Amino acid sequence: MTVTEKSGAEKVELTAHRRSVANGVFTGASAAAASLILVVLAAVAAFLLTEAWPALTMDAAELGDRISWIKPEDGQSLIQVTGYLVFGTVLIATMALLIATPLSIGIALFISHYAPRRLASGLGYIIDLLAAIPSVVYGLWGSIVLIPVLQPFYDFLGTYLGWFPLFATDPTTGTVSATGRVALSASLVLAIMVIPIISSVSREVFLQTPKLHEEAALAMGATRWEMIRMAVFPFGRSGVIGATMLGLGRALGETMAVYMILSVGLSYSWNVLLSGKHNTIASYIAGQFPEANAIGVSALIAMGLALFIITLLVNMAARWIVSRRSEFSGAN
Amino acid sequence: MSKRIDVNNLNVFYGSFLAVEDVSLSIEAKSVTAFIGPSGCGKSTFLRTLNRMHEVIPGARVEGEVLMDGLNLYDPQIDPVAVRRHVGMVFQRPNPFPTMSIAENVLAGVKLNNKRISKGDAEELVESSLRGANLWEEVKDRLDKPGSSLSGGQQQRLCIARAIAIKPDVLLMDEPCSALDPISTLAIEDLIQELKSEYTIVIVTHNMQQAARVSEKTAFFNIAGTGKPGKLIEMDDTTTIFSAPAEKATEDYISGRFG
Ligand SMILES: Nc1ncnc2c1ncn2[C@@H]1O[C@H](COP(=O)(O)OP(=O)(O)OP(=O)(O)O)[C@@H](O)[C@H]1O
Ligand SMILES: [Mg+2]
Repeated sequence: MTVTEKSGAEKVELTAHRRSVANGVFTGASAAAASLILVVLAAVAAFLLTEAWPALTMDAAELGDRISWIKPEDGQSLIQVTGYLVFGTVLIATMALLIATPLSIGIALFISHYAPRRLASGLGYIIDLLAAIPSVVYGLWGSIVLIPVLQPFYDFLGTYLGWFPLFATDPTTGTVSATGRVALSASLVLAIMVIPIISSVSREVFLQTPKLHEEAALAMGATRWEMIRMAVFPFGRSGVIGATMLGLGRALGETMAVYMILSVGLSYSWNVLLSGKHNTIASYIAGQFPEANAIGVSALIAMGLALFIITLLVNMAARWIVSRRSEFSGAN
Repeated sequence: MSKRIDVNNLNVFYGSFLAVEDVSLSIEAKSVTAFIGPSGCGKSTFLRTLNRMHEVIPGARVEGEVLMDGLNLYDPQIDPVAVRRHVGMVFQRPNPFPTMSIAENVLAGVKLNNKRISKGDAEELVESSLRGANLWEEVKDRLDKPGSSLSGGQQQRLCIARAIAIKPDVLLMDEPCSALDPISTLAIEDLIQELKSEYTIVIVTHNMQQAARVSEKTAFFNIAGTGKPGKLIEMDDTTTIFSAPAEKATEDYISGRFG
């Protein structure tokens, strides 16, 4: 096909134009999607702040009068109740993470670097399925199946390791909780819930370790474990931190499973084997919300705001950890 | 400490695919041996069997023996990890560890073998290895900077420093200059000349002039067609291979590249 020079030039111009339109549309679309996140974040923050405002600004005594679950006679105020809940939330989520993170990294490494390929893909699939189980099912399973299994173990811990503050027994009865509906149970169930999240993200990160670096380590006479420490972990570090933060996000915000497992209470107690000592923000809000009056809802939203701030702080801390050695990240 | 290598009737397989067939050759101690041949003829595959690095690839296996000073590397009692501590390797693309500093990169292998190395010894080893790799002057003021902050040629020399820091007996190099500019290439070639007084060196290269410049012996590998195994066609003194090869195929290959 022959084209005159003029129409050829036009064609070129036209295609260039079309491509730049597509490019512009895509740039715009992705920028819009990115700013949407910011808008949503700002909207949530604004919602929390405005709705919480009445409770936050109300005189403490009046607030105690009008909200049944704040008991001024016990010396409670909104701030104090929130304090107990923040403590419980952070305690339970932290324990869950301490249990889940090493296990998840182990699982991820096994799948990415140790298991034979067929086993690895099967296992990976099962782990991904675990992530899809609704939390209410975990709650049911935890309270009906897991707790009875754990109870004798708790007794053992209380009897032999009771001197350790975390496992201390009740000073009046000299035993740990008989029901097992304690903070450690909640943490264990949360740990099981977040393991699929942390391990599947970590697995993806570990799998992406450049072959080049793995071979560099092996060629120097590194064993597989040494190779993993030399090439895989440093490469996957920020990814694993990100994965842990995802898990922590879920553990901090998890409502149903905690609500169904924990025998709740309010205190700054480290005794994770005693019932009626702890509660989390999310579970507390879920418990009080149906009965709450207008100012009660505002107070609950103030607690939600506290949870929001905790999550934000945790994420910022994670970013800081990741960026600290970004010069060495190998991004170039 | 350098060692000679004798390979007897070596076959290399990837799963059921025979990639390299029936290679027998000898590599002299304290000399440079070059492997040349067309792409896909199995040079890298064969090279990696000399330190059992092929075992990293699932399904790869060998038949035959590789003797290092008489000791069969494929003896069931031999640990591949130990083999690799004696037979170092430099790869085609520079691969310093990005999360480690220049000094840490040099020490990476040493720390594996010998966890407690005193600070003074470590500093000394970093300096001597970097000097050995002709990199000291360029990096001595930024030893704590990441290895990835160096140029490609410098990174490759860092990898050589890392390999020689563990004092291997043999150094394998798989196209170490193919990602480098001519100046860096010359620097590495000079380095190879210096290193051969202490190490047995095997280098794979696509660059005929490079093989002619650096090596004493040259082995020519060829492949009959796709899907066929690669074979060793001939091996001789480099000057002989490049002036009067015994085989027609060798002459064709060499003259094709030069002509
Ligand atoms: N990991 C692998 N799995 C399966 N087959 C492989 C693998 N690596 C290489 N091969 C095959 O083995 C043969 C030899 O490959 P090899 O990489 O050793 O060639 P080479 O001579 O180094 O080539 P080049 O000069 O291009 O680097 C080729 O047919 C190749 O397809
Ligand atoms: Mg190759």
